[in-house]
Amino acid sequence: MFELELKNVSKYFGARKVFENINLDLKSGQSLAVAGPNGSGKTTLLRIIIGLTIPTGGEVLFSKEKQKLDFDGYRPFLSLVGPYLSLYGSLTARENLKFISKVNGLVPSEEDIEKILAQVGLEGRGNDYFSDFSSGMQQRLKYAAALIKNPSILILDEPTSNLDDEGKKRVFDIINSYRPDSIIIIATNEKEEYSLADSIYKLGE
Amino acid sequence: MPTRSISWVSKTLAVTRKDIVSEFRTRYAINAIVMFALVTLTVISFSIGLLSPSKEILSALFWVILFFASMSGLAQAFIKEEETGTAMILRLSCEGSIVFFGKMLFNFLLLLTLSILVVPLFIVFLKVVPTDWVLFIGAVLMGLIGLSGATTIIAAIVSKASVQGALFTVLSFPVLLPLLVAVIEITTVSFTGGTFADASAPLQLLVAYDVIMITLSSMLFDFVWRL
Repeated sequence: MFELELKNVSKYFGARKVFENINLDLKSGQSLAVAGPNGSGKTTLLRIIIGLTIPTGGEVLFSKEKQKLDFDGYRPFLSLVGPYLSLYGSLTARENLKFISKVNGLVPSEEDIEKILAQVGLEGRGNDYFSDFSSGMQQRLKYAAALIKNPSILILDEPTSNLDDEGKKRVFDIINSYRPDSIIIIATNEKEEYSLADSIYKLGE
Repeated sequence: MPTRSISWVSKTLAVTRKDIVSEFRTRYAINAIVMFALVTLTVISFSIGLLSPSKEILSALFWVILFFASMSGLAQAFIKEEETGTAMILRLSCEGSIVFFGKMLFNFLLLLTLSILVVPLFIVFLKVVPTDWVLFIGAVLMGLIGLSGATTIIAAIVSKASVQGALFTVLSFPVLLPLLVAVIEITTVSFTGGTFADASAPLQLLVAYDVIMITLSSMLFDFVWRL
């Protein structure tokens, strides 16, 4: 059982307030949609949660079985999919997944790789370079890279951007399959994606 | 699901291997540093080759070539990660020390390849042969270790700035100055036929520099890399 807690988290860029005093408490099996207009701080909030931006005030606490974890402690359980995150263009889809597995301390079999590629609809495309993929296929491979860790905390920024209807359906299925056991946080402005979350937190209001 | 059983060393080697495969396919850094080294070497050999420069000047020129050639390519290891958006996946996948040592090893191998090309050409074009090969090779290897250690953390710092190329050289120079002073002295001794004792002081400085630079860089890397 994982728990993610945000206590009075605030962020300012200089004198400009992005958000102030955000309090959240999520446990495994709970999902949250973060909504808000452009510039309201959705991505900033996600970056604070994943430990890549320091909040101006407040703190983010992760715990596993009530045991507090620091960034190095919770990193293995965390995956992110977002438009600002990319995979290696000069590596094939298979090489990307193998590399990401290895640096995460995992040893995937060929079967694992094929299975995850099939899950995102890229079966038979494992030897294609990431740079040769369309933006929608790149987005699918980003999901494969995120899921190969079997994450307990899944952070998704604009989860269906660049995806066609079939890709969106796959992503919905993937997210729904992770909902019972994982913490899922989705930053989105798409109303249809609100259905992927148990609750909605609106920024910029 | 994949099993969890990879050591720190294997993860580090995975970063190095990924960079080697990427470099082999794009040849971005190796082309830059080799072309820079060859052009500089040619210019030097045409401009002073007939003047019979002293061994002291030749050893300084040898390291000037390696220093500026490395400045033209070594920063790419991090700049490319930031520019293409792959840096974040590394940050979310492993500890900073794995990225630091993986990239440092890649930079070392890149410099080693450069040296293997430059040393024979330098000997042929400038007609200087080390009399003490052990000392010369030792100086080159220790120099490359220090050079790759220092430039790896500086590349990580400048990768988040604009005007990265100029900033990389400007920041690297003062940090690398003690290393350059030591390796130039040792190389001079190896060219002039001095004894091992003549090179002991700069050798001690070089070893101390490498140890301190790599230890400090690996300790500070997380602060530079994560935020």
